[in-house]
Amino acid sequence: MYEFNYRKVASVAAATEAMQQAEDGKFMAGGQTMLPTMKHRLASPSDLIDLGGVAELTGISVENENLIVGAMTTHAAVAASAEVQQAIPALARLAGNIGDPAVRNRGTLGGSIANHDPAADYPAAVIALGATVQTSKRAISAEEFFTGMFETALEDDEIVTSVSFPLPEAAAYMKFENPASRYAIVGVFVAKTGGEVRVGVTGATACAHRGLRLEAALGGELDAGGIDAVELPVEQMNSDIHASAEYRAHLVKVMTKRAVEACQ
Amino acid sequence: MNENGIGASVRRKEDQRFLIGKGNYTDDINVAGQTHAVFVRSPHAHAEIKGIDCSDALAAPGVVAVLTGDDLAADGIGPLICGVTVTSDDGEPHRAPAHPALAQGKVNYVGDHVAIVIAETRAQARDAAELVDVDYNVLPAVVDTSSAADSGQPQIHEVAPDNVCYNWPFGDKDGVEAAFAGAHKVSKLDLVNNRMVTNPMEPRAALGEYNPGTDEITLHLTTQNPHVHRLVLSAFNQLAPEHKLRVVGPDVGGGFGAKIFVYAEELVVGWACRKIKRPVKWNGDRSEAFLADAHGRDHVSTAEMAMDENGKFLAMRVQTQANLGAYLSTFSTMVPSYLYAFLLAGQYSTPLIYSEVKAVFTNTAPVDACRGAGRPEATYLVERLVDICAADMGLDPAEIRRRNFIPVDAFPYQTPVVQCYDSGDYPAALDKAMELADYSGFSARAEEAKSRGKLRGIGLSSYVEACGIAPSAAVGQLGAGVGLWESAQVRFNPTGNVQVFTGTHSHGQGHETTFAQLVCDQLGVPIENIEVIHGDTAKTQFGMGTYGSRSLAVGGVAIARACDKLIAKGKKIAAHALEAAEGDIEFADGNFSVAGTDKAMNIAEVAFTAYVPHSYPEGVEPGFDENAFFDPTNFSFPAGTHICEVEVDPDTGVVEVVKYSAVDDFGKLINPMIVEGQVHGGIAHGVGQALLEGCSYDSEGQLITASYMDYAMPRADNLPCFDIDYAPTNPPDNPLGVKGCGEAGAIGAPPAVINAISNALGVRHIDMPATPETVWRAAQQAAAVSS
Repeated sequence: MYEFNYRKVASVAAATEAMQQAEDGKFMAGGQTMLPTMKHRLASPSDLIDLGGVAELTGISVENENLIVGAMTTHAAVAASAEVQQAIPALARLAGNIGDPAVRNRGTLGGSIANHDPAADYPAAVIALGATVQTSKRAISAEEFFTGMFETALEDDEIVTSVSFPLPEAAAYMKFENPASRYAIVGVFVAKTGGEVRVGVTGATACAHRGLRLEAALGGELDAGGIDAVELPVEQMNSDIHASAEYRAHLVKVMTKRAVEACQ
Repeated sequence: MNENGIGASVRRKEDQRFLIGKGNYTDDINVAGQTHAVFVRSPHAHAEIKGIDCSDALAAPGVVAVLTGDDLAADGIGPLICGVTVTSDDGEPHRAPAHPALAQGKVNYVGDHVAIVIAETRAQARDAAELVDVDYNVLPAVVDTSSAADSGQPQIHEVAPDNVCYNWPFGDKDGVEAAFAGAHKVSKLDLVNNRMVTNPMEPRAALGEYNPGTDEITLHLTTQNPHVHRLVLSAFNQLAPEHKLRVVGPDVGGGFGAKIFVYAEELVVGWACRKIKRPVKWNGDRSEAFLADAHGRDHVSTAEMAMDENGKFLAMRVQTQANLGAYLSTFSTMVPSYLYAFLLAGQYSTPLIYSEVKAVFTNTAPVDACRGAGRPEATYLVERLVDICAADMGLDPAEIRRRNFIPVDAFPYQTPVVQCYDSGDYPAALDKAMELADYSGFSARAEEAKSRGKLRGIGLSSYVEACGIAPSAAVGQLGAGVGLWESAQVRFNPTGNVQVFTGTHSHGQGHETTFAQLVCDQLGVPIENIEVIHGDTAKTQFGMGTYGSRSLAVGGVAIARACDKLIAKGKKIAAHALEAAEGDIEFADGNFSVAGTDKAMNIAEVAFTAYVPHSYPEGVEPGFDENAFFDPTNFSFPAGTHICEVEVDPDTGVVEVVKYSAVDDFGKLINPMIVEGQVHGGIAHGVGQALLEGCSYDSEGQLITASYMDYAMPRADNLPCFDIDYAPTNPPDNPLGVKGCGEAGAIGAPPAVINAISNALGVRHIDMPATPETVWRAAQQAAAVSS
């Protein structure tokens, strides 16, 4: 780890100000990606602005048919939350299976989606549930939020403050884990909300995305009968020592079918 | 039975300090004036070094020294050695390229050692290490095992044309060919034994201290064999004379073979602390462990079996290409030769066996012993081939094994490949394992699984291994540079408690308990009054250390022999005190008594008398402290049958191990709980190799699986609860009646798992690691063939 300035802030406004003053600052939520990257000397921000003390960023509530989760709410808190378990049980289960206990007790929803690791779990849920990402500056729809591998619509000094999930009629997440890292080789979140069935896909490609071909095959119904016939663009799939593009494309369909079945 | 003696599952004495965080590992030790070292490592698999500019690093804050291969050479330190000679087919010794501890003009793998940077803090050393400017001329790399010796490959070492270390043919080639020519059927299999990273929990570390007053170097190391380290560092690496070098292996967090070897970092830290006249600590991180710990396995083989019309094995023929990496690690040459080819008989009476092993250099980390070392490779090949034979003959895998087992009445059994098996009852272990596994109920379970869309398979592995290494004369004939006896000293203190000094080293095996039980059982001393001491050349007599499941089978016997001497001496002392003839003294349960009387004396009283010899037998030395050395007359041959049952999800290729049964012959068990723990760990290691662990380099020699993000270790949720039992025999060559147990699981498990997967999929073979994608593709192909 290289030397850096550590800034602990108590409010979103102070965090924004600290970022604007920094030469090459980074916000840190749970630090579960940021700190290992810095330890490996792969990142060297001039300033690390720790959002851990910003009370306004934590909390879980249900308001107007929406589940609202503060950005600094840990995965463990989401997993254990009675509100989440009742409102969107699939989201609680997803959170409860991220990483390991240490990661779940430090890692946060906001940190996960702002980092946008292409193999992270939350982005699939945010997309499939049609969530809205509230930031320090604006509200961003899920589909516009994730723009590329480790890239989002966030500006440098913009902070995710909360995510608002419309309550679905049914939802399920199916993750095919990398046997080493336990990240998603493929993760598929299926949600039926307001009569529409959406599919959020993570791990398969460079960017978490809506599975529009899969959604078309489902036709708004929780019936996986047409999924086998879907042709997915293999050339867009990630490929590594754990899973080739062809295998990933196959797994997207298998995980979709299983998620649809789990919704029933 | 003594409640804490042989056969009791005594809770581990050493766990108190581990559980309360009071273990004392190398990195826990800090000394006044200590500096911190970081190694500059090669980022290239193969490159010439045109120059090294250390000036920026030397000027960096806190830097004490930056030393390179030139400094090392100027002081005449090194090179590192390989201690076992294998004679190649041209009659010459294996090709042994120079192995400098810091590179001299060339680097040969990613992670190779280029320079040591020493600073006041570790962070300063790390910062400065980035400032060492190495001018590399990158060369094409040789990475792949099977093609390393092909023409047109870059040559890594001048002394090794075609990158060949040795060609080692072994066995009766003509006899084997004649048997193949006349065989009813020949079964053949190509297979790969996947490369593994050994992965002990504690990364390697070294702390060197030099005392100018005594001219002595003290090295704390993560070592499985402190005396072997001292011997090699002194006699071959010129670090310091043996009596001026103290090596301490304090608590060590797992070894699995990787901490046997004398590594560059250890030699360089020992040399540097004297050079700069300050203590130097190096604490390797996990990335360095992946890059520069010796790796294991990495064979590519073809195996063939000739059979008669009853499926009886007539002859076996094996060709293996083994990757030794960029340099020869300390015992590397013996792993794919003596520790491999001598086990190719397996549990079978195959009369003729011929093997050819070609050991090659590549631009990868050195490869050496990893839990099992050669025996897992042999067992995997034999037990996979036997399943292929069963398929080709239309026999049940259990039946073909039964037809070829070495008969129970044939022991001791001389195999055609050097080893003479001590004892065994292979049908007994198979029967018991089949019962434990409910083998006969398998088809019903497979049907039920099918109704859930799962493919269920069952696989057998009937392994035998050679451990308890080793008879010194035997290994000497084979080209080893050392003897492999073991030593012990059992010392009573005047107050009656006992210190047991062993030349073995415990790094997770529980010796402090098992050996205390031996002494408790034999001498009748309460177990809490017995302390086992190991791991410090300044405390213990010369010993050979711990590897090859030898500590109990060899070191335990040395302890028992020292106890025998104490009892013999105690009889003289007791006879004098009890006014009886020595011949009338009996010893049992800690008491010396006069036969037929109630006159008796406890061994603690005898010890006290020996240290306060006011009234004492004439001609007997004072003191109650004996040592013994034990050189075994044979290896130890644990054996057993493991049965694995898997369920494959054909849609994803995920394999779940749903049932695992193991029946082993370890002879007599001293502490069944500790043995069971060793079996559990061994099976986990073996299942890990079969399903998860595949060390992978890219074509340029960059290690792709260089962290736990990509290198998959077995975890609890990859494993079922194991069903474990024993089918012991009594090995006549071992005075305690014990066999080794530390490696058996890692040896027996991989073929059991792969046999089960092949069975589930209905395919002939699938290579390790059987990752989901590999299995899914095999399932797709099998489905395409059958439809």
